[in-house]
Amino acid sequence: MLSIKNLHASIDGKEILRGINLEVKAGEIHAIMGPNGSGKSTLSSVLAGKEDYEITEGSVTFNGKDLLELSPEDRAREGVFLAFQYPVEIPGVSNINFLKTAINEIRAYKGQTPMEAKDFLAMVKEKQKLVELDGKLANRSVNEGFSGGEKKRNEIFQMAMLEPKLAILDETDSGLDIDALRIVAGGVNKLKSKDNATIVITHYQRLLDYIVPDVVHILYKGKIVKSGPKELALELEEKGYDFIKEEVGA
Amino acid sequence: METITKVNTIKDKLIAEFESSKGSLFGDLSIREQALEAFSKQGIPNRKSEEYKYVNMELALKGEFLFSSSKKLSAKQIESSQFLKDAIVVVIENGKFNSEHSKINSLPQGLQVFNISDAISNDAFKKHYSKYSDVNLDPFIALNTAMSIGGVFIHVAKSAVVETPIHIIHLTSVSENTFLNSRNLIVVDENAQATIVESYEIIDSKAKSFNNAVTEIIVEANAIVDHYKIQDERDFGHLVCTTQSIQKKKSVFTTHTFTLSGLLVRNNLNMVLDDEFIESHLNGLYLTNGSQVVDNHTLVDHRKPNCNSNQLYKGIIEEKSSATFNGKIYVRKDAQKTNAFQSNKNILLSDDGTINTKPQLEIYADDVKCSHGTSTGKLDEDKIFYLRARGLSEASAKKLLMHAFASEVVGTIKIEALREYVEAKISKRFE
Repeated sequence: MLSIKNLHASIDGKEILRGINLEVKAGEIHAIMGPNGSGKSTLSSVLAGKEDYEITEGSVTFNGKDLLELSPEDRAREGVFLAFQYPVEIPGVSNINFLKTAINEIRAYKGQTPMEAKDFLAMVKEKQKLVELDGKLANRSVNEGFSGGEKKRNEIFQMAMLEPKLAILDETDSGLDIDALRIVAGGVNKLKSKDNATIVITHYQRLLDYIVPDVVHILYKGKIVKSGPKELALELEEKGYDFIKEEVGA
Repeated sequence: METITKVNTIKDKLIAEFESSKGSLFGDLSIREQALEAFSKQGIPNRKSEEYKYVNMELALKGEFLFSSSKKLSAKQIESSQFLKDAIVVVIENGKFNSEHSKINSLPQGLQVFNISDAISNDAFKKHYSKYSDVNLDPFIALNTAMSIGGVFIHVAKSAVVETPIHIIHLTSVSENTFLNSRNLIVVDENAQATIVESYEIIDSKAKSFNNAVTEIIVEANAIVDHYKIQDERDFGHLVCTTQSIQKKKSVFTTHTFTLSGLLVRNNLNMVLDDEFIESHLNGLYLTNGSQVVDNHTLVDHRKPNCNSNQLYKGIIEEKSSATFNGKIYVRKDAQKTNAFQSNKNILLSDDGTINTKPQLEIYADDVKCSHGTSTGKLDEDKIFYLRARGLSEASAKKLLMHAFASEVVGTIKIEALREYVEAKISKRFE
């Protein structure tokens, strides 16, 4: 589904990603872990199409398409979803209206007719339940005045509504208490299928107790330095990131 | 030197017009003559005038003008401007009250509507007409007071609650360059309530028009008045629009100014808080593009203690247009415990657009809370990216954000049909 080859990216002339290689297949969950400043958020931003970064080398193909050639909206329309680490507050834009616009623009891109209002509302109701999002929150302005946990739940709610093929969760666990974490992870697990894939980007192992990955990658100084089964996350948690530093001799 | 000669020319023409037409104008001639004198002292403001430096009035008034128009609009043409279906409709056509198209036959209890030229013997008219708008403050008030050709006088009697909005439709339709002075007086007596909507449009016009409109609103003790101006003279109207209010004890006056279009629009809002426990709200939204110039000047005069005023002005500036917000708050020595707030936020969408924003707080009392805030920026890139990352095109993301920006002001509209009308106008604008 997703194939990243030798990806290099920099911002303001500073190289952050220094040759990432990653293959993600449908049905898989990949965890990318790494210390602060290792390039985790840069990777998610680059995949979603944030224009602040310059791609200096490498390629990213998504279901056979050159992802880097696509605008952020076309990436979303092709099925890439980024759950933001810091979801922005957009006062005056209703959550529901914006999702309706998003869904219909995605449908138009695929040559489909707009969704019927009643089907849309039924979908909202169903997906709200999935992430235990209060109906009032869904009707409010996007993230305005939401708590940290509510913002993250709203991200997963949007993900549920947009039904992406590839979901990238950027530090979705940061700032969540254990109950919120359980709800968010529960939502992700319920949305999982053999046709979609998930990349979980996180600093801590904690989230991986709830979202169990097929593969764990360790990102360090802009490169994936080690990959392994889910036990790698536990080892990392136990020994701390210093063990990676020693192992890669940095 | 050439500039000065030109100013004199416009001024002289205006004075000459007054002299030749004064015999046929309504009302007390002495009020008009005093106003003309005040005008001739001030003249037409030029770019050096502090109060008018961002609007080129000399250019706007260049050339020959008529001072009335005999062009008549059809019922069908007028109907297209009646966007509030259930309102009490007052049509001001080319500066004059049009009784044929106004819908004032069965008015609610306590409400009276007159052609202003028929109201001169009315007691409330005599008590209030031209008592508050200061001819020495502004040359356009002076000109209007001297030369007004018509308008409406509305009187809401003591304790009358008029629930139906009163829609004053100002329509301009001229075949030759025309300078119009229309004048409205609205008196809302003690404990009474009213909603006034004033809209300004140009229909089927073939020449330049300059509309110098003054509306005086008297809000007596405990009265509540909700006032709206919807300005939509497209990209060729020149409009100087003065709203002069005076409020008495415990009254609430809310005025909204929506400038949707217009080649040159200057709003002067002069609010006098003349007693205690008064509330005044001023909300404004201006959307400018092309080479439009919109200038909002507010003056909130706190004369007595324990009053609140609140100003919220927002603008979206596109292309080569320019917008000005100049908000003056005056807190007099007696006006202790005043709360006066002001906020002006702008989105500048082009490198060629201009924003001038100037808060002016003059405070002579010591126990007051006053604040002002202003910001000008572009649309937030992080918000645009967030929306695009969900599948919205860049254009839809921007449109949504502009709506969201405007919604803070649009949301203050209490009449649902009016809110929908303004929202639809904004949608159309950002398509």
